[in-house]
Amino acid sequence: MTHVPASPDRAAVPAGLAPAWRGQRGLVPDDAVLPAGRDTAGWGVHRVMGLETEFGVHAPGNPGAGHTVLSTEVVNAYADLVTAEGGSVAGTEWDYGEESPLVDARGWQLPRSAAHPSQLTDRPLTDDDGNPVHLVMNLVLPNGARFYVDHAHPEYSAPETTNPLDAMVWDQAGDRVALAASRRIAQAPGEPQVLLYKNNTDNKSVSYGAHENYLVTRSLDFEELAARLLPFFTARQVVCGAGRAGIGVTGRTPGFQISQRADFFEEQVGLETTIRRPIVNTRDEPHADQERYRRLHVIIGDANLSQYATWLRCGMTALVLSMIELGTCPVLELRDPVQALQAISHDPTLNTTIPLADGRRLTGVDLMELYREAAAGHVERFGMTDPATRDVLAAWGETLGLLRTDPAALADRLDWVAKYQLLSGYRQRHGLDWDDPRIGMMDLQYADLRPDKGLHAALVRRGSMRTLVPEETVQRAVHTPPADTRAWARGRTVDVFGRHVVGASWDTLLLRQDGQGPMYRFHQREPLSATAEQMAGVYDDGGAPGSFGRLVAALSRAQQDRRA
Amino acid sequence: MSQQYSGSRSEREEDVPAPEPAPTAGSAQAHTADLDSLLDEIDSVLETNAEEFVKGFVQKGGQ
Repeated sequence: MTHVPASPDRAAVPAGLAPAWRGQRGLVPDDAVLPAGRDTAGWGVHRVMGLETEFGVHAPGNPGAGHTVLSTEVVNAYADLVTAEGGSVAGTEWDYGEESPLVDARGWQLPRSAAHPSQLTDRPLTDDDGNPVHLVMNLVLPNGARFYVDHAHPEYSAPETTNPLDAMVWDQAGDRVALAASRRIAQAPGEPQVLLYKNNTDNKSVSYGAHENYLVTRSLDFEELAARLLPFFTARQVVCGAGRAGIGVTGRTPGFQISQRADFFEEQVGLETTIRRPIVNTRDEPHADQERYRRLHVIIGDANLSQYATWLRCGMTALVLSMIELGTCPVLELRDPVQALQAISHDPTLNTTIPLADGRRLTGVDLMELYREAAAGHVERFGMTDPATRDVLAAWGETLGLLRTDPAALADRLDWVAKYQLLSGYRQRHGLDWDDPRIGMMDLQYADLRPDKGLHAALVRRGSMRTLVPEETVQRAVHTPPADTRAWARGRTVDVFGRHVVGASWDTLLLRQDGQGPMYRFHQREPLSATAEQMAGVYDDGGAPGSFGRLVAALSRAQQDRRA
Repeated sequence: MSQQYSGSRSEREEDVPAPEPAPTAGSAQAHTADLDSLLDEIDSVLETNAEEFVKGFVQKGGQ
């Protein structure tokens, strides 16, 4: 079977523009040979990527509290925790003043006074002595991540990483950040607990996301990208679904399905993320050089607790993107992708077949096998033989093999299988139906971040769920940014030079020495610039006198790194 | 391809599964015993007021 379509007639990169692959030195080899008319922003599984998690937020002891207030509490509790430990965060207050100063969250109070959301918008909050109480809504953390109030959920957006294993590590770091925030609240006397869940639905018609972001070349035709991704995104849940008790958006039909999110998708391709959700999202906001790159914003995934599933999800997707960019991706067309997404999800026996436009009927595992075979040929053809890429391909193959022969053996790796086994076992033991509240409770508790309550956490503790890295690696990622992307300069500057930071975002750093004097504005449009290597020596002396000049000089040099 | 943590290569080689033999009756039994003891643990961890808790878990829309 050949998957290589004819090269398009047009030139891939408009004259005068630098190709994406040259901006990705260190990821894409300098001697890479690309097919005519093709450009790429990745190589094997190596690509700039990062995950986002919107956490479910619940305060059973404070049922009247609004979700925005609870989310604000969580974000502020983390700011309070970091600053109480002598660390630093960059924060923006509720009013989103474009250049509002670094908020010192020390002295933050648990916002009992903020129980009425109107107070968040009307006037500055004050404590009992009349001192202002700062409420931050948006934080940039020392690890380069963003932790913020996204409408009615606390959201963690991981820093940019360059491979699936790191993407997983900094995503798990976000779970630890959220847990630490929740514990900070729990320590405050009299404050109702705020519980956080890494899931995607309340089973009452509401869903919230777990998104992925991948840097891809701008020259890639978006319609081609979307068409190739649709069957893959429809099928990949058989590996990285998180499992759900209940069918339909309200979960009213009893049963178990593979995906948390499948029932909430209505379109194939579109811009929306909160209504009429599309399988392929067209949001185009690269936070990088937009003539060179696109950020593919993936909204179809479930939030994974499993390290293995998170890693494999990012790895498989990176390989499929590499195939699409270089023109080797299987050309498959489903007759009805939205219906197929739900049909696959609703059958945990994996036997359901779905119709393709060419008349074939394939299962979700069959579809994934077509992508895996093509990916194996692809890495062979282009010599993408590094260990990280080989590991993903091997795990992908082994997982599909077990899904065919002995799916239960994957209960130590895949969230949906682990959850299916737990819930099924409990049902049988107690003679319960799928719609028994205790089954719903287990579904919810699987994603409870508390180690003493979370069922995924219990599996890990017992050694029944594999982990790919030691806990110390995840803990380090809570405090340290990835060294090989611009997240290094962002996170380390916030951490070491926090008092000079006036603003920080994905591609911008605003600095003013001690909040006075001239404003320095740095735009970092290349995600692989401002790395630990380029910022060497700047952060070592902890922001000692004179070091601000070195910081500014290094950021200036990194900004001028055009990567032509 | 840089990795940030020392020893990550060996971690990965250890942790990423090597091909496993087909499950035997013995391993299936061990598996069942593990699940049984896990289900015992769940009985003690599960929120006691499941019906009320699940009903009260209401979220506002997200992305």
